[in-house]
Amino acid sequence: MNFESFREKIGYQPVLLGVIALLASGALAWASAATSGAIAAAEAKDLRDSLSEVLPQGLADNDFLKDTVDLEKSGKTVTIYRARKGGAVSAALFKVAERGYAGEIQVLMAVDREGRTLGVRVLKHAETPGLGDKIEVKKDPWVHSFEGKSLGDPAPEKWGVKKDGGVFDQFAGATITPRAVVKAVKGGMDFFAAHKAEIIGG
Amino acid sequence: MSDNYGSIMKEGLWDQNVVFAQLLAMCPTMAVTTSGTNGLGMGLATTVVLVVSNILVSMIRHTVSSQVRIPVFVVLIATLVTVVDMAMNAWLHDLYKVLGLFIALIVVNCAILGRAEAFAVKNGVAASAVDGLAMGLGFTGALTFIGLIREFLGAGTLFAQASNLLGPAFAFLEIKLPGYGGALLMILPPGGFAILGFLLAGKRVMEQHLAEKAAAQAAPVAA
Repeated sequence: MNFESFREKIGYQPVLLGVIALLASGALAWASAATSGAIAAAEAKDLRDSLSEVLPQGLADNDFLKDTVDLEKSGKTVTIYRARKGGAVSAALFKVAERGYAGEIQVLMAVDREGRTLGVRVLKHAETPGLGDKIEVKKDPWVHSFEGKSLGDPAPEKWGVKKDGGVFDQFAGATITPRAVVKAVKGGMDFFAAHKAEIIGG
Repeated sequence: MSDNYGSIMKEGLWDQNVVFAQLLAMCPTMAVTTSGTNGLGMGLATTVVLVVSNILVSMIRHTVSSQVRIPVFVVLIATLVTVVDMAMNAWLHDLYKVLGLFIALIVVNCAILGRAEAFAVKNGVAASAVDGLAMGLGFTGALTFIGLIREFLGAGTLFAQASNLLGPAFAFLEIKLPGYGGALLMILPPGGFAILGFLLAGKRVMEQHLAEKAAAQAAPVAA
């Protein structure tokens, strides 16, 4: 029996599918193992770069990547990086996340000890290119609008996009994305206020 | 099908252009062509996947029986895209931060399965690689062109943020039209469909014109 006719046998097909699936899983497992270290390293470098980006110069004289405290936030652990100047905590840096238009938006923010925002950067998102991706600082200066804001300024009901009666701009064609970022930052401010003693006291 | 690489290139770039002739891959086309830079990025990423997928499919074409070819190709392409995604994230991280948005969209690009099914499964490895390249470049050209038109009408810019994608040396490509607020509709999906419609109509008119001219030249002069 030659291969041509063997290929058409019903028994050949599930075996072939199985072998292909096995090979594909093998390739994925291998690629995942081969890349996970480099991906983790690249993300750690990104984190270090963005941490020093949200923190204004001159606020830290310590290695804040090492000075961390882990706190619970709605069931998840949040790592807080503490920038110190002369021993006292000058700012807290942490990640918050909120569901955007397409998946989760991860936001990194720095808050000073009075509860004012020092800087906000979007770390990771999957928003629509050309519309929602204006939350990235290199595409639009929008995220700078958070700087200097605190829970009392603007008032809590003004912590929203302009469409919802708030003070922050939305983008033409994309409201859900900036709304999610504003919500994430507001959540971060509330979180900081609730845990202020633990963060700057320790 | 032939091994004539010139005609394969011409098919991919014009006669059988993924977007303008086959009308495949409408989802990434509409989603990504909000600017020329995005179109270019998506096109280049797709080209790489298309070439590799065509080569792989062509290599295993004698082993796969026709009844199960579709699931086999789907698994193959999905795996390939995932591996490319992880490899870029690991070793080309800066490029990944720019193109990463598009990679996941390639899985849903039916043009890749389409080329596997229409070409790679019937042709040799080299011809399939050329076909993948031609189709990919045709796709890239179409996306960049639509993206540029939409960007120009919608935002008044050309190749905005090109330096993020291609490096600072390409900043000269970025052009901003001063004092033009832009027509948002063109950035939104309806604008994309409208532009595509006009381009398709334009291509047909042009081809008709060329065909008439060719027919007139072929006819005897005395007639």
